[in-house]
Amino acid sequence: MLRRRLAVGLAAVLPFALLAMPAMADDAPPKLDSGDTAWMLASTALVLMMTVPGLALFYGGMVRKKNILATLMQSFAITCIVTIAWCVAGYSLAFTPGNEYVGDLSRFMLNGIADHITKGNDTQAFVLQSGIKGVAPMVTTIPETVYMMFQMTFAIITPALIVGAFADRMKFSALCIFMTLWSLLIYSPVAHWMWAPSGWSAQNGQLDFAGGTVVHINAGIAGLVCALVLGKRVGYGTDNMAPYNLAYSVIGASLLWVGWFGFNAGSAVASNGRAGMAMAVTQIATAAAALAWMFAEWIAKGKPSVLGCISGAVAGLVAITPASGFVLPGASIIIGIAAGVICFWCATTLKHMLGYDDSLDVFGVHCVGGIVGALLTGVFSYGPLSATDASPDGSPGGLAQLWIQCQGVVATLVYSGVGTLILLMVTKALVGLRVNEDEEREGLDLVLHGEQVF
Amino acid sequence: MKLIMAIIKPFKLDDVREALTPLGVQGLTVSEVKGFGRQKGQTEIYRGAEYHVNFLPKVKIEVVVPADLTDQVVEAITKSAHTGKIGDGKIFVIDIERAVRIRTGEVDVAAL
Repeated sequence: MLRRRLAVGLAAVLPFALLAMPAMADDAPPKLDSGDTAWMLASTALVLMMTVPGLALFYGGMVRKKNILATLMQSFAITCIVTIAWCVAGYSLAFTPGNEYVGDLSRFMLNGIADHITKGNDTQAFVLQSGIKGVAPMVTTIPETVYMMFQMTFAIITPALIVGAFADRMKFSALCIFMTLWSLLIYSPVAHWMWAPSGWSAQNGQLDFAGGTVVHINAGIAGLVCALVLGKRVGYGTDNMAPYNLAYSVIGASLLWVGWFGFNAGSAVASNGRAGMAMAVTQIATAAAALAWMFAEWIAKGKPSVLGCISGAVAGLVAITPASGFVLPGASIIIGIAAGVICFWCATTLKHMLGYDDSLDVFGVHCVGGIVGALLTGVFSYGPLSATDASPDGSPGGLAQLWIQCQGVVATLVYSGVGTLILLMVTKALVGLRVNEDEEREGLDLVLHGEQVF
Repeated sequence: MKLIMAIIKPFKLDDVREALTPLGVQGLTVSEVKGFGRQKGQTEIYRGAEYHVNFLPKVKIEVVVPADLTDQVVEAITKSAHTGKIGDGKIFVIDIERAVRIRTGEVDVAAL
């Protein structure tokens, strides 16, 4: 079925969520644009800021006092681990031609990334996957180093999102091994499906502007599997597990919000009108989702909580991620409200009904929000935003597009879910997954790192 | 000499201090404490997880005064820390055998 779709997708040269297709006629090397490059350098820094300190503080504030440092450390360590993994093979597996499911190792150790550099500058802009028969390459106006770095920050935040699901209980050694494997074997292939022009999701015509599927559904379902495999925290349901310092979480959520402009508007890979629209809908959907969660909680539980309001904002950011660059402001309000209300219900009600301990709601916010966004992108996509010379109608939303979105969602859920389960088993066999009960009661800060906060 | 130990609502601390100064109280010790009485606790909700918190934050004041000042001080605290609502706190009075000012070596009432 995929093969058949591949042919259909090719005919239309469907959008790859990243860039408009240039005219392929002229053979002149693509030119660098300093404005685009400057924006992408800035975006890269913004997206890194989402993980450290944004996500680190967001999660760190929600755990108990004895686990704050360990939680901050997880985001920081993953930033370092994935940086090296990306440099060694991750980038190559994600963005080199390979086949439609995974790249090859031609960029192993970033081999060849300096090919066009002379006199301190690239002589031509980066073309992603040129020379593959039947696949239109993605032509950028920035150097490959910048593209590689921008994508690296996405590869960093995705596994870092997962840690919220097993907060307070995973061994640090297990985390190091699991995250290295997950980054290379789960994240890189899924990124390849969607964002390499030869990937099957891209060929299939799926829309994912900035990673609703690649980042959030991917991390969210992995989080659920982690929570199920590791089991509940000691004392879950009886002990008081109230967050120790929600002020950290508010600061973290705010940094995530600001950094997300790099994430979404940066995913235009250019400093242009599409980036502007992506930024606008990001802001609008986030506000709508924060208000939706807040009012839903106010009505259902009696008080508009701070944690609820910031959780709603993150749910909105997640849901607008695939849609930014495809939808208009009106649709972004609907996406935001849907994400706020649905994620609120999943994190506060569904989780307790089903009884799993996804400690910081990675599944309820990221996976569910990602699915809401992925599907509604298929409904609300506005053609002219993704129109190109080769595809003058762009990718308008509708039933056909919604069906394509469903395929991408299900494939990611299955691949990431099963893959995560296998990698957890491998890690368990190597070093074990969980600290013992006494260590867990004492707290990870002291037991794993020999330090304490405050 | 008597030790007067009062557990009060945190936001009443400044009122109590202002009430004690005119009586000639030269100093007191304040601690942030937690506890429960008839006020019981409170319920906190984080993403649907409800926790009943039994121990509420209070402020504990400890002040040592000459015995003849005891009634006035107790009355001043009672008035100034009063809201009439449950959870206003309690006052305890305890005998003190000895007091020493470390800097000068003065003892008992002179040390207060």
